[in-house]
Amino acid sequence: MIAITLTVNGETIAAQVEPRTHLVDFLREQLGLTGAHLGCEHGVCGACTIRVDGAIVRGCLVLAAQADGSVVETIEGLSDSGEISDLAQAFIDRNALQCGYCTPGMLIAAQDLLLHDPSPTREAIREHLSGNYCRCTGYHAIIDAVQATARAREQA
Amino acid sequence: MKAPAFGYLRPASLAEALALLQSHPDAKLLAGGQSLLPALNLRLSQPSHLIDIGRLAELCGISVQQGRLRIAALTRHAELQASPLIAQAAPLLHAAIQHVAHPAIRSRGTIGGSLANADPAAELPACALALQARIDVLGPGGARSIQACDFFTGLFETALGSDEILAAVEIDTPCEGAVFGFQELARRSGDYAIVGLAAAGRVEGGALAELRLAYFSVGATAILATNAAACLLGTAADPASLSRAEAALAQDLDPPDDLQASSATRLHLARVLLRRVVSSMMPQQRLAA
Repeated sequence: MIAITLTVNGETIAAQVEPRTHLVDFLREQLGLTGAHLGCEHGVCGACTIRVDGAIVRGCLVLAAQADGSVVETIEGLSDSGEISDLAQAFIDRNALQCGYCTPGMLIAAQDLLLHDPSPTREAIREHLSGNYCRCTGYHAIIDAVQATARAREQA
Repeated sequence: MKAPAFGYLRPASLAEALALLQSHPDAKLLAGGQSLLPALNLRLSQPSHLIDIGRLAELCGISVQQGRLRIAALTRHAELQASPLIAQAAPLLHAAIQHVAHPAIRSRGTIGGSLANADPAAELPACALALQARIDVLGPGGARSIQACDFFTGLFETALGSDEILAAVEIDTPCEGAVFGFQELARRSGDYAIVGLAAAGRVEGGALAELRLAYFSVGATAILATNAAACLLGTAADPASLSRAEAALAQDLDPPDDLQASSATRLHLARVLLRRVVSSMMPQQRLAA
């Protein structure tokens, strides 16, 4: 077991982890933060997208041991802080989710884009979300929701 | 799936990492982990230990010295993409990097990891070939440099010794008349290419004086299409020369069949990329387009 200390959604956490434990499994199983979902477990689907030290990562492609000393933010943290409340509401308004499995990853990836590019083109939105699979919506509603949020934020 | 059990070691220095590598012959180096962790999760690899070099400051940084660009091994894809120095001193890498996986993977993956992994479908090994990069490695016996054309020896195989660490990649900054081109064809943006082409050359008096065409996802390693390139040397990449180069490509490439595409489809797509990429490199044709 390896001792790690990290910040998760603003709270300092000290824990013991097995070397092979992925960060997303640590968050889900040891901390009960089940918002980040596990899909493919090899970096293809994007359902486990979380933020580590300000950058989005695949939670299944980072070991908990590697996150020692890092600042980790999950969909729970982004929701509770209100950072993405407008984006989440736009997803509801535009019917940009059905089963919801991909939604936490979509929201974090979309917020990452909006932080770096406040008025993205539809092509830029598609490109940035290209690593996140959705098997329900056909993506158009998701692109609409992200674009609507960008426009609303610009006018705010 | 979940990764198999392994030990985890995090050396505090490069010297310690080299010592650990010698004392743990079945260990693997962990840098960004964006190829290694999928391989572990799929149980394609079962190392005894992971030696996490991801925080070694000695392996970080991008610099230009005496006309050579030096990119240290732990430079992440996202750093390459955002670096003004890379955009100016390595336009081919700047063009290629946006095709490497997705933002959440580019934030962790490293250039050293990509080169050492030597995935035949990866963009950066092909760029290293096209740019005649020099790969600097460190081992128990000291430092040595390997030319890119000697580095990639087979499917996921390189000239890197089991007790060595890839430290940096060096390339010449662009000379007068240098031109570059990069394109790949993939089903989803960011996925592994069905076929890709990284090209570097030099135009003198309106004609190609140098040309290296590095194809990827067409065999066990990235491949330099020397026969096709020879057809274009000394020409302005006119339609007749491009047709000759397209025909000659069959002597350079014998792509494998797989679930994504047949060998014949890959060769066809390689020809499509040849025309598009080489045309994009010729100044007058860019104007005409």
